[in-house]
Amino acid sequence: MGYVVKQENAVIAVAEASSAAANDSGVAAANALSSAAGRRRKLAWTPARAGVYAFLIVAALFFLLPLYVMLVTSVKPMEEIRLGTLFALPVNLTLEPWVQAWQSACTGLECDGIRGGFWNSVAIVVPSTILSIAIGAVNGYALSFWRPRGAGVLFAILMMGAFIPVQVMVYPLVRVLAAVDLFSSLPGIVLIHTIFGMPVMTLLFRNYYAALPMELFKAARIDGGGFWRIFLQLMLPMSTPVIVVAVIMQVTGIWNDFLLGLVFAGSEHLPMTVQLNNIINTTTGERLYNVNMAATILTSVVPLALYFISGRWFVRGIASGAVKG
Amino acid sequence: MSNVAIRNLQIELGGTKVIESLNLDVKAGEFVVLLGPSGCGKSTLLHSIAGLIDTTSGQIEIGGKDMTWADPKDRGIALVFQSYALYPTMNVENNMSFGLRISGTPKAEIARRVSRASDMLQLGPLLKRKPANLSGGQRQRVAIGRAIVREADVMLFDEPLSNLDAKLRTELRRELKQLHKQLGATMIYVTHDQVEAMTLAQRMAVMKGGVVQQFDTPANIYNEPANLFVATFLGSPGMNLFRGRLEQHGGRTLFRNEHLAVDVTHYPFRQPPVGTRECVLGVRPEDIDIGNTDGAEGILGATVSLVEAMGAHRVLWLDFHGTQIAGIVQDQQKIDSDKDISFSIRTKRLSLFDGASEQRL
Repeated sequence: MGYVVKQENAVIAVAEASSAAANDSGVAAANALSSAAGRRRKLAWTPARAGVYAFLIVAALFFLLPLYVMLVTSVKPMEEIRLGTLFALPVNLTLEPWVQAWQSACTGLECDGIRGGFWNSVAIVVPSTILSIAIGAVNGYALSFWRPRGAGVLFAILMMGAFIPVQVMVYPLVRVLAAVDLFSSLPGIVLIHTIFGMPVMTLLFRNYYAALPMELFKAARIDGGGFWRIFLQLMLPMSTPVIVVAVIMQVTGIWNDFLLGLVFAGSEHLPMTVQLNNIINTTTGERLYNVNMAATILTSVVPLALYFISGRWFVRGIASGAVKG
Repeated sequence: MSNVAIRNLQIELGGTKVIESLNLDVKAGEFVVLLGPSGCGKSTLLHSIAGLIDTTSGQIEIGGKDMTWADPKDRGIALVFQSYALYPTMNVENNMSFGLRISGTPKAEIARRVSRASDMLQLGPLLKRKPANLSGGQRQRVAIGRAIVREADVMLFDEPLSNLDAKLRTELRRELKQLHKQLGATMIYVTHDQVEAMTLAQRMAVMKGGVVQQFDTPANIYNEPANLFVATFLGSPGMNLFRGRLEQHGGRTLFRNEHLAVDVTHYPFRQPPVGTRECVLGVRPEDIDIGNTDGAEGILGATVSLVEAMGAHRVLWLDFHGTQIAGIVQDQQKIDSDKDISFSIRTKRLSLFDGASEQRL
């Protein structure tokens, strides 16, 4: 029993070292690594360890294999794809499918490629993220520090909204937006995303601000700060970890959205996800698998890149209490 | 310099009455300490004077003006928090000038006030640092500096020294007393530490359960506590208590229980004692004469149960017929545990409390 515990300690030490390295605290990393090295006993392969590794490898393969197939298919010419060898590496590597996907694939009536959808998505994501985070931050700040009368009720209603499925609200929202002439337009879809993002963003910021000491707020009030001054000059500068988490959540969620973009964005502003669906499902004649694969990867480039660049901060933000419970 | 007058203050938080019909008069330029155990309402009272907690009823006057519903920034007060509450994203200089910048004070005036405060508290080399790079004592000085630059008439302190180590606490205590002399502002200070209260206060309010038990100078509170709670709260080690009866014999009044009898004829009774009544006799440890046999009253015997060495003096715990009483010895004579020892009670500074109401007789 003690032996297994020591192994786990070593594994934990390595984990600590890697997370310490990720935290850029060189001293901690060096200590963790040296303490792992200090335990000179070699890690033996018990059935338990083999099982854990086997499970992890299978799970990783489960997620990575489709990506591999996609990547490999997207650089093969159609003759190789027709051979049906799904996992084979390409013999004649070609980037033509990527060029086609970007600028000449047919999305419905036009054949302008998916680049239009890319810029539409950007035009939707940027204002939606900024607005929903701004509103969520102000809400969270007001709820946790100013605590107006009825705040609890308002918050409960907001949270209830988060639990109602989006699909249920689509038709009523269509009628509402049509009544104010915002249906099928860019401002309309931005408004929709802002509204749907409010519950989660408010919850996120409220929990974050709840962890900040109330005395800080009291000191600012005694210094004469009003609602906006305290928010802009004191709370917002302190909110960097939670803003990073919020940005990652919102960009990923809004970029990946399909249904709301399809319904509310209007045909000139269809997001990349909808355009992708058009490319894949509305081709007549031969199905160009390589172009489809390339278009799919292009669509997912933004969230993937966001994850790789800032994933570390996301974990750090959650670990440091940006998202509580 | 403003006075603070509190009339019939009532504060209810979450349904419970925290403070009920409280009256307090702080004179201009006075250093008043609110002393009491946790939960007695002293911080609540301080925060309501600051305007951070709404009152249920009653008036708060600062400088003669009714400030019961005024905003914190309009009351002419400054508050130093227990946890310093420094703005983490600003450096020391900006922390101190934040309030002044909000109120639109001209830059020259801001610079003058900040440099005056930093000279008083030796914050000069720290001005460009952020709070995360300061030690606890330095942070507390910055918090005090932030309060000083407001040049407020009333300065409020909410247990500012509680988060500091013992040595730092004594240093800053002296600095605060100096500060009061220099600034002359009215200062209201909340603490649960009786040593802080006794050394800093010009007058002290001992609170329990939201009620002020006694409001007087530290010396008067120590020598003539108004009730049993105040008597046992102040003094370390605490006052020794003996339960017994007051009896009249001829022209003399005696305190008597089954183990001792003390002549209290010369005790300053508030009302002349009549008949017999149950009461409690309080004797401070320094009034227990140990080993010395020429005390005013008879010699009593006890067994030494514990000796605590305090450096300058020793606290002796004696077992007197089952009760533990404390006495103080100044000399370095060897005293063994479990030995019988004799002591007597000095009667100059006794306290007598009614057995039922616990009020001073």
